Amino acid sequence: MSNTKAALPTEHCETCPAFTQLEQMGIKIGDFDRVIALAGNPNTGKSTLFNALTGLKQHTGNWPGKTVTRAEGGFEFNKMRYKLVDLPGTYSLLSASQDEEVARDFILFGQPSCTIVVTDATALERNLNLVMQVMEITEHVVVAINLMDEAKRKGIEVDARSLSRDLGIPAVAITARAGEGIHALLGAVADVIEGKIETKPLRVGGTLEFQKAVSELVPMIEQIAPGIPNARWLAIRLLDGDARVQRALSTGELADIVSRQQRADVQFSGKMSVEGRQ
Amino acid sequence: MEANEILAKAESLRNNLSTGFRDEIVKSLYTEAEHIAKRAVKTTSDKKYDFDQKIDRLVTSPYTGLPIMLLLLGIIIWITVSGANVLSSAIAVVLFGIGDYGRALFNQIEMPWWITGFIWDGVYLGLAWVISVMLPPMMIFFPAFTFLEDLGYLPRVAFNLDWMFKKTGAHGKQSLTMAMGFGCNAAGVIATRVIDSPRERLIAILTNNFVPCNGRFPTLIMLATVFVAASFPPALTSFIAAGTVVGVVLIGVAFTFLASWILSRTVLKGEASAFTLELPPYRRPNVSRILYTSIIDRTIFVLWRAMQTAAPAGAIIWILANIPIGDSNLARAVADWLNPFGLLLGLDGVILLAYIIAIPANEIVVPTMMMVYIGAGMMINGPSSNSAIFDLLVNGNGWTILTAVNLMLFALLHNPCATTIMTIYKETKSVKWATLSVVMTLGTAFLVTFLTATIARLLGWA
Repeated sequence: MSNTKAALPTEHCETCPAFTQLEQMGIKIGDFDRVIALAGNPNTGKSTLFNALTGLKQHTGNWPGKTVTRAEGGFEFNKMRYKLVDLPGTYSLLSASQDEEVARDFILFGQPSCTIVVTDATALERNLNLVMQVMEITEHVVVAINLMDEAKRKGIEVDARSLSRDLGIPAVAITARAGEGIHALLGAVADVIEGKIETKPLRVGGTLEFQKAVSELVPMIEQIAPGIPNARWLAIRLLDGDARVQRALSTGELADIVSRQQRADVQFSGKMSVEGRQ
Repeated sequence: MEANEILAKAESLRNNLSTGFRDEIVKSLYTEAEHIAKRAVKTTSDKKYDFDQKIDRLVTSPYTGLPIMLLLLGIIIWITVSGANVLSSAIAVVLFGIGDYGRALFNQIEMPWWITGFIWDGVYLGLAWVISVMLPPMMIFFPAFTFLEDLGYLPRVAFNLDWMFKKTGAHGKQSLTMAMGFGCNAAGVIATRVIDSPRERLIAILTNNFVPCNGRFPTLIMLATVFVAASFPPALTSFIAAGTVVGVVLIGVAFTFLASWILSRTVLKGEASAFTLELPPYRRPNVSRILYTSIIDRTIFVLWRAMQTAAPAGAIIWILANIPIGDSNLARAVADWLNPFGLLLGLDGVILLAYIIAIPANEIVVPTMMMVYIGAGMMINGPSSNSAIFDLLVNGNGWTILTAVNLMLFALLHNPCATTIMTIYKETKSVKWATLSVVMTLGTAFLVTFLTATIARLLGWA
């Protein structure tokens, strides 16, 4: 096994299931190297993907709003251990309902190594709004175009490469129900985390004066909440007059959330943490 | 640097921005999404979509939507009722047979009578009753319900009922949480997190208990089969029984609306808020996933919980029934003491006693009640057929149709089980709302059964 340099797989092979290893770890999360968040519109199959990766049996009902709490599970991929956090489905990250807040707070402050946004191949346009909102918050994003089987039945074709090019982040077509495309998806996630793929997320910036206003606020926010990972996004929300973010800032909750989310990572590890079992 | 400074700065920056900068951002977001999607997506045909739409036109139409919904509910309950009756008596025969065998074995090795009694006539009988009464309906109902859930039917229900909830001042998504309540009220309460407005969420939480959960279905099914359907020809029994249960469910839904209406005009004043709900495409349910979810996550979970309360409840009843007082026993004495109040509600003392013992999980009321009757009547084993149950209750203990109807109403309306109360407390973080959920439901149950009994007596029906 020592001198096999010549037999090293080519780059293309790295995403081939024959060379990659996926091991489902269920709720035995224990120590983990990386945290992945699963976001997406309601009913796009996040829980199905979650089950396929972790081997858990989180219930997957066919109605928007099925997952109201975040469920966590683990898997191992190419010798790295991942913790996967299944977030409630949301159309946006701006509203004040509890399920949307769970999703937003985690992507914002939980600092996942990478966020997978699961989209519905049959309703891509509507799903892209959330993708773009997540891209505003973090650069480590991969789009999973799910329900490809359903799209095919409906006569819809989705070009993942075109999407990937336009968004500036990897986009992988999958059918979570049948387990198709999952290795390629995880390969892309690993590459984004390791910096092998450099993402250039498309950001819809608005007008120039708006950009300038944002850049004035960012340093101020960073000063009051050191270590805050998404000052730019918060600045945009403040300019928009988001009451929830304003309140979080003035009550000092912002700093609290940062520490709470980081603490939660430690707390949840190594114990059963599939919440919201119904 | 103070937070207020940042807020003030943001405020002034915002005021300097040209008006409509928000619209500008949102517009560019949507146009960008549209462009990207247009480049990436190619549509060749709309066949499947058309089919989905045709079905939706039918199941969400103002004319056919509600009847289809009732029909589906009726079918599920009918399958449950007719299947459960066969399975229940089969399971009862086996379990009571094991009980006979165990008792005989204990007698043979000359165990003291009180050990034999405590174990086989107390703990074991309690467990046997709960399993034979509860397991079959759940085994059938849960998979059927999960099938509809995975198919994508629930959002259509929400669509059909939205206008009614809106009229009562509640949120349209309450029909989703109400539907979840059929499985388990605690799960229904957790599901209310999908409702944005705190006011409407509270209404959904407080009224969730008015739909009978799976723990209470067996009670309704048994009473409907043994009492209401008994006087009809055997061929019709299962239909009449299913129809009765559907009727009870509809009464529960009616109380949900009534309570929502009253709440949103008193303690939880306000208007219903608007919301959007996507109708997901119909999806072919995955059979193995359905079976796993409904059997392991739901049936076993609920049954295990019931068994944990049934065993001690069985023990308590046996002890109460074996502490002699004069020529009677303690269970009888307490039941006699509660009897006047029970009769006032069209029930009796034994039912109330069973109800009190079963407070931790009130789905075991019927098994507990049967055991008190049996224990007091010195019957060795449980009746394993419907006619035997009928005989025990009517000829042995003076039940009438009013008793059966009122027990069904009581089971439908009374307070949430301990788990649900805890869940309500956890979700609302308020003793006040948890208490209100108990007082409101229990009060309704007392009031309704009292009125039914009084009216029936005044009219000379009972």
